[in-house]
Amino acid sequence: MPKITFIDYTGEEKTVEAVCGESVMQTARRLDVPGIDADCGGNCACATCHVFVDAAWMPIVGGRGETEESMLAFAPGVTPASRLCCQINVTDELDGLRVTTPESQF
Amino acid sequence: MLLAITVNISRVVIVGAGQAGAQAVFSLRQWGFEGSVTLVGEEAVLPYERPPLSKDFLKGALDESLLFFKTADWYQAHTVELLLDVVAAGIDRERKAVVLGDGRELFYDALILATGSRPRPLPLAGADLPGVFELRSLADTKRLREALQPGRRAVIVGAGYIGLEVAAASRALGVEVMVLEAMNRVLARVVGPVVSEFFEYEHRAHGVELRMGARLEALEGDGALSAVQLEGGERLSADLAVIGIGILPNQELAAQCGLDCEDGVVVDRDARSSDPCVFAIGDCAKRPLIHFGRSGRLESVHNAIEQGKLAAAAILGRVRPAEDVPWFWSNQYDLKLQIAGLSLGHDRIVVRGNPANRRFAAFYLREGALLAVDAVGSPMEFMGARQLIARGAHPDPDALADPNIAMKQILDAAIKPHSS
Repeated sequence: MPKITFIDYTGEEKTVEAVCGESVMQTARRLDVPGIDADCGGNCACATCHVFVDAAWMPIVGGRGETEESMLAFAPGVTPASRLCCQINVTDELDGLRVTTPESQF
Repeated sequence: MLLAITVNISRVVIVGAGQAGAQAVFSLRQWGFEGSVTLVGEEAVLPYERPPLSKDFLKGALDESLLFFKTADWYQAHTVELLLDVVAAGIDRERKAVVLGDGRELFYDALILATGSRPRPLPLAGADLPGVFELRSLADTKRLREALQPGRRAVIVGAGYIGLEVAAASRALGVEVMVLEAMNRVLARVVGPVVSEFFEYEHRAHGVELRMGARLEALEGDGALSAVQLEGGERLSADLAVIGIGILPNQELAAQCGLDCEDGVVVDRDARSSDPCVFAIGDCAKRPLIHFGRSGRLESVHNAIEQGKLAAAAILGRVRPAEDVPWFWSNQYDLKLQIAGLSLGHDRIVVRGNPANRRFAAFYLREGALLAVDAVGSPMEFMGARQLIARGAHPDPDALADPNIAMKQILDAAIKPHSS
């Protein structure tokens, strides 16, 4: 099972085992990773599952979808590494993925 | 006085295990509360999210296991006492106790009422026939899904969010659908006429028969529903009916113990009721709407989550979390409707984009200030409007109407300090 490391805004790390087919948001919620609110349950409707993807992982994770791009346009603290993690599907290629959660979601 | 209450809290009881009650539990534990937490829920299943019930889950496109917020292990690991399939029968505020249906008592220092709402019943003959459904719980949804077999004929009563989402899911399942709406347009309570008209067109294009201004007289059947009769005498055959005519707040527990209630349990910005030890959150609470200078009851996930956090923060003596502009969403067919704000009292509607392109937004203004947006396939407009409304901004209406002017630019222009 792919391992994903979530890093909070203070630098604290939590590594969890994800399941292929779920979204990174679902992984976080299932395993009680704080900092990912996912108010809309994964509909790309709320922008509360914002994460920053580690630079080395950005090419593997891939780019934003169209709706996601628009949702992120107005989210606080957006950087080129920003993604909505309900839109990132867990695959074997993501084993070792590192993402940081923003302070605004705590 | 309030400080003393805050520091002495060691027992929190939450009545109602929906989105709001669950959020209060999560926030209490996330923020380090070490006292006892007891969550009382009437349903026999772990807390779950409701929005997918009328959308992907009804269509069979979402696995049931993904509905649950946490596993049973989580509650155990976080020493949350879950009392599921348990009814709260009363509250003794003097002794600070919740009385359960079986006579047991749960003593509290702080009590959170997250009792939710129930479907408004249809007061007509035949409304209790087999084949007549409502949709609130997971169990309701499973029963309805069983009945939505291809080729069957469903009559949906009420063209609100629930009615239209069920209509869309039913069409996807190959069910014949007729929607009856008493008002003269769909979604009349939540969106403006241009958006109603758009959704009417879409539903008809997907094969839904829509009847406006239609009032039911009776539901008929011998042992199970077979027809509905309209006022005026017309009879329509039906294999099943779904009633989606709004919800009523479950405020009886609060009213019976003397808490102020008025279309919901009246609470302050911290979700505190007229008793400082009792909070009310979610569908059952009537709260201050700080962006709109009035109070009201919100029926939404945003509200449930936010008030869950507000109550938990107040109990722990934490700084009050941000109160966001209310927001809502609905998925029908391949369309995503996102709403921010509350349009009540608007004096002007500005439409941006062309509904024929299936991407447009309707902005609602009052005396120049943006109150709300209904955004179809337009997340940028939705997100931009949330910020404009939060700031009480007066965006340029001509710019809003021009899709060639970016929302970012409109936002920047509207929130620029004028002279200081």
